[in-house]
Amino acid sequence: METEKPARRRETEDRRNEGIASGVEGFNERARRAVNDQQLHDSIELFTHKSVAGRNAVLNALPEAPELRERAYRIKQETMANLDRYLEQMADAVEARGGNVFFATDGEDAVRYIGDLAREKGAKVITKSKSMATEEIELNRRLEEDYSDLGLEIVETDLGEWIAQLAGDTPSHIVGPILHMNRKRITEVLSRTAGEELPPDVEALGSFARRRLREKFVTADIGITGANFGVAETGTVATITNEGNARLVTSVPPVHVVVMGIEKLVPRFTDLSVFVRLLARSGTGQKLTVYTNFITGPRGEGELDGAEEFHLILMDNGRSKLLGTEFEEALYCIRCGACLNVCPVYRQTGGHAYGSTYSGPIGAVITPLLKGQGEAKDLPHASSLCGACWEACPVGIPLHDLLLKLRNQQVEEGLAGKAQEIAFKGFESTMKRPVLYRISSRAGRLAQKPLKKDRPLPGPLGAWTGSRDLPPLAEKSFRELWKEGI
Amino acid sequence: MRVALFVPCYVDQINPEVGVSVVRVLRRLGVDVTYPEGQTCCGQPAFNSGFFDEARSVGRRFLDVFERERFDYIVCPSGSCTTMVSHYYPFIFKDLPDERERSETLGQRVREFSDFLVNVMGVKDLGARLEGRAVFHTGCHQRRELGVLEEPRELLASVDELELVGWENEELCCGFGGTFAVKMPDVSTAMADEKIKALQKSGADTLISGDSSCLMHLKGRLRRTGHDTRVLHLAQVLDSGKAG
Repeated sequence: METEKPARRRETEDRRNEGIASGVEGFNERARRAVNDQQLHDSIELFTHKSVAGRNAVLNALPEAPELRERAYRIKQETMANLDRYLEQMADAVEARGGNVFFATDGEDAVRYIGDLAREKGAKVITKSKSMATEEIELNRRLEEDYSDLGLEIVETDLGEWIAQLAGDTPSHIVGPILHMNRKRITEVLSRTAGEELPPDVEALGSFARRRLREKFVTADIGITGANFGVAETGTVATITNEGNARLVTSVPPVHVVVMGIEKLVPRFTDLSVFVRLLARSGTGQKLTVYTNFITGPRGEGELDGAEEFHLILMDNGRSKLLGTEFEEALYCIRCGACLNVCPVYRQTGGHAYGSTYSGPIGAVITPLLKGQGEAKDLPHASSLCGACWEACPVGIPLHDLLLKLRNQQVEEGLAGKAQEIAFKGFESTMKRPVLYRISSRAGRLAQKPLKKDRPLPGPLGAWTGSRDLPPLAEKSFRELWKEGI
Repeated sequence: MRVALFVPCYVDQINPEVGVSVVRVLRRLGVDVTYPEGQTCCGQPAFNSGFFDEARSVGRRFLDVFERERFDYIVCPSGSCTTMVSHYYPFIFKDLPDERERSETLGQRVREFSDFLVNVMGVKDLGARLEGRAVFHTGCHQRRELGVLEEPRELLASVDELELVGWENEELCCGFGGTFAVKMPDVSTAMADEKIKALQKSGADTLISGDSSCLMHLKGRLRRTGHDTRVLHLAQVLDSGKAG
């Protein structure tokens, strides 16, 4: 029951809403709403708990897992050090198989290529399988807006992505896009699409989705997928799914377009034996997903399936500027979502609180890196730096160290705010001089005497006491006790 | 055995009794304990907020103070502050060869309290006695950077009349995270609530940790929500039931 809050308490809360002079805004407001949403909390707990338990079980049963993790890291390190050469090799291999390759500097480039292709082909229906790269560049919205004259119907065919699309929603998790929706909400969305009340059971909802999506699969003019991996040596693109939709997207329509972030490259086909084993285990707790497809160019002579035309878009969109920097490891990510599942912050807030395509620890790292710190200043602070993400990462990305480096970059670029700058200059001078440290400790003890429990405190202290008791400073410090003799 | 005490600033100012217990436990084992008085803070608050220059400046002072005399070990009753020196000094001094080498050399001798007792002193039973049913919270730095997981449990297993029980999701962070607790108060508090829910479910009447900072956070939330769970640092537990 909500009762009228005393005026003082309201003032404290208002102050807290200002973001405590640290320049942290945005995430805090969205997180506060999420933290108070019990249904969301239950949904997240259900999904992450199951994912973490499954992941632990299959990884513990794989004795070479630590060695695979080490190898994965080394392979990615080597790939990034020679990315230009490997990209060229990949492009040559695809072209040698009769495919087309396009290097997209940014999302706009990629959208234009696909839009122009749709116009050239007279396409009406485009089917898509799940792809974070296309979410990143908002491909669907931009195609619909920039190429509105084509009247394109773009259909997501991963079940979760499709439901998100129907609901006008965005994915809140790399692997489980609609984990924030419960069955009631999903039933509502699908019933609206069906134009009739569907029963809220998995069988009925699944069968409706299957019927509806099949119609789209067979009429599609173009199929668009992402790529879980691209192999430089052979020009092969790997898609790893559980629903089999990527197979229908890549084999039925005459044209297949792949949108692949340039960091998804691995040098050799045999490298996949390391990554495929890690990806399914880390992402969904499976040894392998149900469908693991390797696609190399368009349908060849004498081959029974595959698209007639194959287009590979190698997309940069901010990635190459991280090469050779202290942030390069962020490019090693294979988008398994394990860091989201174990992150105690993500588990409280869900993905939408991050306000970006990528959420959780990896989102807090790559969003400011790809978009610029100014666009996502709060995200590097959305972490207690507990390191659970680093521990869970199948490639061993030190995510919490990268968050620290991002915080440092903000300070260096003057984005941390005057209040923090003054506070930490003060901290430095106090801690460098034991005399000052002792004086401020005595001053603190004197100052706390008139403090009353319900009185709102300024700044960070107020942010603490809004929800937690503040411990008083001790009557005598340890150093005083030591001097007196222990 | 000559040991220098590294007492974290918040232990010095808020929980000095933890430092006192560390001294008593070490002395009982015949360790020659010294407290270098020039020490203040390891610089972690600045480091965690991205103020690396300020952290380096405070870190340099730490190196000066603890290099002044030769100690066999530097013992600290906090996994977090130990990690700052042993892992993150080399990180912030990466491009400064002199300080980097100094911090790596010193870092090898800085040991978290339970790590020191079990792995250096070879002690597991300190003859302590404390009645109760307890859960142990391993701070995140101690768990992941230091990998000191079993040591506190082995020490607690030898405490008379203390029953150590497991609790759900015990690997989850308590939500303190230094300045995170005040920059993201709602998420931080929700994280504490999750720990408290698990604590309640475990039936424990005592919460123990090797990090006073996690305890300060959890205790602050426990008291605010009307729980009177006993909250103790590992050193206080190992020092209990002993006269003088």
